[in-house]
Amino acid sequence: MGRMEVNDTAAVAAVRAGDREAFRALVERHSRSIFRLAFRMTANESDAEEVVQETFLRAYRQIGKFEQRANFGTWLYRIATNCALDLLERRRHSQNDVPIVDDENERELPLSSSNPSPERLLYSNELRQRMSAAMSQLTAVERAAFVMRHVEGQSIEEISAILNVKEGAAKNTVFRAVQKLRRALEPAVRSVR
Amino acid sequence: MRHLQEHELVAHFYGDEAGSECATAERHLAECEGCRAELEALRNTLSAVAAAQPEVPERDEAYGTEVWNRIRAHLPETEERSWSAWLQPRRWLPIGAIAALIFIAFIAGRLSQRPQPAPPEIAGETGDQAASDRLLLVAVGRHLERSQTLLVELMNTPADRLVDISLEQQRAEDLISANRLYRQSTVNAGDQQIAEVLEELERVLLDVARQPGKVSGAELAQIQQRIDSRGVLFKVRVIGANIRAEQAPERKRNGNTELRKTT
Repeated sequence: MGRMEVNDTAAVAAVRAGDREAFRALVERHSRSIFRLAFRMTANESDAEEVVQETFLRAYRQIGKFEQRANFGTWLYRIATNCALDLLERRRHSQNDVPIVDDENERELPLSSSNPSPERLLYSNELRQRMSAAMSQLTAVERAAFVMRHVEGQSIEEISAILNVKEGAAKNTVFRAVQKLRRALEPAVRSVR
Repeated sequence: MRHLQEHELVAHFYGDEAGSECATAERHLAECEGCRAELEALRNTLSAVAAAQPEVPERDEAYGTEVWNRIRAHLPETEERSWSAWLQPRRWLPIGAIAALIFIAFIAGRLSQRPQPAPPEIAGETGDQAASDRLLLVAVGRHLERSQTLLVELMNTPADRLVDISLEQQRAEDLISANRLYRQSTVNAGDQQIAEVLEELERVLLDVARQPGKVSGAELAQIQQRIDSRGVLFKVRVIGANIRAEQAPERKRNGNTELRKTT
């Protein structure tokens, strides 16, 4: 057990014993990583802040349910992921979804690797827009799994623990996300190679 | 020769296959130009995705303290499942307060049923009854506010997926025990209208508490429909508003008294 886990375990035990201030150490230790995950999932700074706050409020409320043998960081990640999923679902209901680019109508970017930098920049911006549209087509869970695997570099085992699903399901969710992103982005990427 | 399927390519890219599968994939890729090209295309796309990710805004060392300062005033009560939680004194405070209210209501009720020999005594006993009624009303008002919040949250939850309502159930369970005591107290106090609303509220709370921790969208929609069809939320709102309206002159009077005392 690492030093941070020992510290977390002691702080959790103190909070469970009624020491409200002991929760501060946990908040100070984990806020930045939770913010990073929240931002990766929501792609919006104020949404990420909302997720961070909600995560710690939920964690405090549910700390009696935390199993002492488990890793507090993983447990907190699970709560943060759920908070972000809830927020994304709410946003999905309240906003119009960005339409995905139809494969047949896919416009290939007429740029090659030898293009000068302004055009590369244009390509980069366009790719970012396409990626944003493609990411919005992922379900909230697919997005979470993809961000954790591809961007945060979490293992399938960790993702399955965070999403509370079996490893096979976590792996399959990552695959579905990659598949959708490939369909939406690969033609554009191929054209500049 | 069997080519690698897309899910195998993705698993190989991330190194998520079992050891033997990895070796098989490596052998195939060494021989198959088509699959190598597919893997290269996958790598290029996923590299582009990583490169196009928006940069995470910087948060410095003090960020954790900022978050703590923002949330510390809003920290809720912790939830505990174990029976030992019920042995903690704070758990018994609200129940004790409710029991005290019932006792006051009972004593006041007994006193008010006695023959009243003289006007001064009648005045005093009527004052006791009124005080206990007011206490009960304040407590019921707060209980209805908490219940209303829970019902509104349930009604506003989108019923289109699997939903974890275990937290709402825990709150419903807490409200049920309080609701039973308040219902009995209002019956004793002769307030039939509030007692009836509390009875209907109790059925809805029981309905929520008895569901599994996670409900499907269809199950949640049924719960919402039952809340809606019984009109419980509306009744809780109306009774809550009536109670607040009844309390308003009292608060105003108390406020004026306080004002007079300070001047």
